[in-house]
Amino acid sequence: MAATEMTGAEIIVKALTDQGVDTIFGYPGGAVLPIYDALFQQNQIRHILVRHEQGAVHAAEGYARSTGKPGVVLVTSGPGATNAVTGLTDALMDSIPIICLTGQVPTHLIGTDAFQECDTVGITRPCTKHNWLVNSAKELTRVMHEAFYVATNGRPGPVVIDIPKDVQFQKAEYVGPQNIVHKTYRPKIKGDIDKIRQAIELIAHAKKPLFYTGGGIINSGPLASQLMRDFVKMTGFPITSTLMGLGAFPASDPQWLGMVGMHGTYEANHAMHDCDVMINLGARFDDRVTGRVDAFAPNSKKIHVDIDASSINKIVHVDVGIVGDAAHVLEDMIRIWKAKAIQLDKPAMAAWWKQVESWRAKKSLNYTHSDEVIKPQYAVERLYQLTKDRDTYITTEVGQHQMWAAQHYHFEKPNHWMTSGGLGTMGYGLPAAVGVQIAHPDALVIDIAGEASIQMCMQEISTAVQFMLPVKIFILNNEYMGMVRQWQQLLHGGRYSHSYSDALPDFVKLAEAYGAVGIRAEKPSELDEKIKQMIDVKAPVIFDCRVDQMENVYPMIPSGAAHNEMILSDSKDEPAVSEEGKMLV
Amino acid sequence: MSTESKIERHTIAVLVDNEAGVLARVVGLFSGRGYNIESLTVAEVDKAGHTSRITIVTSGTPMVIEQIKAQLERLVPVHKVVDLTVEAPGIEREMALVKVAGTGERRVEALRLSDAFRARVIDTTHSSFIFEVTGAPDKIDAFVGLMRPLGLVDVSRTGVVAIARGPDAM
Repeated sequence: MAATEMTGAEIIVKALTDQGVDTIFGYPGGAVLPIYDALFQQNQIRHILVRHEQGAVHAAEGYARSTGKPGVVLVTSGPGATNAVTGLTDALMDSIPIICLTGQVPTHLIGTDAFQECDTVGITRPCTKHNWLVNSAKELTRVMHEAFYVATNGRPGPVVIDIPKDVQFQKAEYVGPQNIVHKTYRPKIKGDIDKIRQAIELIAHAKKPLFYTGGGIINSGPLASQLMRDFVKMTGFPITSTLMGLGAFPASDPQWLGMVGMHGTYEANHAMHDCDVMINLGARFDDRVTGRVDAFAPNSKKIHVDIDASSINKIVHVDVGIVGDAAHVLEDMIRIWKAKAIQLDKPAMAAWWKQVESWRAKKSLNYTHSDEVIKPQYAVERLYQLTKDRDTYITTEVGQHQMWAAQHYHFEKPNHWMTSGGLGTMGYGLPAAVGVQIAHPDALVIDIAGEASIQMCMQEISTAVQFMLPVKIFILNNEYMGMVRQWQQLLHGGRYSHSYSDALPDFVKLAEAYGAVGIRAEKPSELDEKIKQMIDVKAPVIFDCRVDQMENVYPMIPSGAAHNEMILSDSKDEPAVSEEGKMLV
Repeated sequence: MSTESKIERHTIAVLVDNEAGVLARVVGLFSGRGYNIESLTVAEVDKAGHTSRITIVTSGTPMVIEQIKAQLERLVPVHKVVDLTVEAPGIEREMALVKVAGTGERRVEALRLSDAFRARVIDTTHSSFIFEVTGAPDKIDAFVGLMRPLGLVDVSRTGVVAIARGPDAM
């Protein structure tokens, strides 16, 4: 390879191009001007100008989750970097590969409290998988390629590369990605075959088995989803998933029990509680799923497949822990399963399914319909019915609307559902939708939102307008921070402390002010017509769907309760929450 | 649920790439996740290979100790993590510099006791000694305890360094 001298800024752009990057999300500033200058002089990378750095990271997350490729962010020093922190933390919690380039003051000013200086690597150390401060252009090419390797291999996550302004001007040699080998980082991809055999042994003798799958299946890629579908079909076992795992298994399949956890279905949670063999594929026993840990699936043997060894035995002790990539482990599982020609206990399976069907017969997602007021569940149901036959991607904000979306919008394919699961970031949905729409220009991209969340990153509608991205913001407007209000009702005696969304903007006029289209629906009878109108508009839309203000998300496992202590919407009693339960979030 | 919940003390050796911020990553991991650090030592051990060795003494339930090791292994610049309490039982040593001030009978007694601990006198004035003492941490504790009534004024300890027995590298 011929050695080529380039400036730091040119090395960055060249490295991005060589890594296959076609889009970056960013916001310029003093400390990244040389990089912006290099971007100006090329045509391979498209830069999407956001309106706030948090939006840049969420947009990159939406891009990454809907494509399986890493998302790239470019922001300036100081406030540019600190504004990105929420997005980075979000990506870390949900294992989304992000490469975030931050400008830094020139090396000779570091540590002097210079204008727009902050300790970016210090601030982002706990909210990234790894980060680097690049002290010389000579290191830049290696760090750039290592960053992509680290962000996308093993458990994916965000990385930050902090680049002082003088380094962007310095000249150094560029080296292509094929010549960079990381010194230490070698994640384990193949699972231990003896442990996989033990797992198959447990599965073969199960009488009440359950698959519990998570975002790890989606992160592993489409092959993992396919292999998981194959294996679930081979066994005939029921399957549930976390919020992050929705879409990996088709919701229309009879083996699908719906989502598990605090607002999961009755059948999924009861099956979780009563199962005798739990097969966890790429989920992490999050507290939203386990509820009370000491009452979690008390009579089960647990198998846990995770690419991150630290996820195994972190919260729940498991009987067989397998560290590896879901697709590789599933491949081995299927091979061993077939070779052994396993005969399942048919009468036990029939009895288990009978039990599961009796739970399913509770129809725990039911709600009381109204002809007067739009029920939020009804709105999501109609949205689903009217969009399911299109190539539709759903993003959400965080709160009640997010749970209703997870419950009532049904996913058939992976990578079509983007939500902030781990961090629970209000404001995620709109910028994420921008990122998804950039990656899938012809798809229908809908942010199911709440009127409170949407105001946290509302400014990104301007990005959508600038880049002619026809994202649809479907606001379930109940004039409350609904989940806060629900908890205040259930836990704090109905004292609705600061949870009313006062002084709301007129969302239709707001849309118009931004150059988008505003639509409002107030009656169930007009909903279908308005949704169709929204779909047909080839521009960004803010849809103000006025819904029942006091509707709660059910079913629900109250804080500190076990999976078989769910409350349903038709229950007359308010849930009894223990004193310990009140302490939990 | 795990029934093993008694607190254990473990010595963990971590071989890391000697890059900027690596110690902050390790310390941040312990503080961020609420793990204990009883002692921590760090120094470069291979200049050419650019590696440092960190020795951490920590305590927790077996589940927490396993979690600590898994979390350390997950850090990108970490080459290797070895539990010198379980996987490869090791030898632990700590060094302390102990300053004792006094005259007359107390001074003589301090010198006599230091001999029993094979401590070396590395600095002396008419009214003080500085002892260098090496050993397992409880030996240092014992020595410091004995010096207290004899005019102990200052202690500086290195923290534990440890290495596995036998012919193998970590």
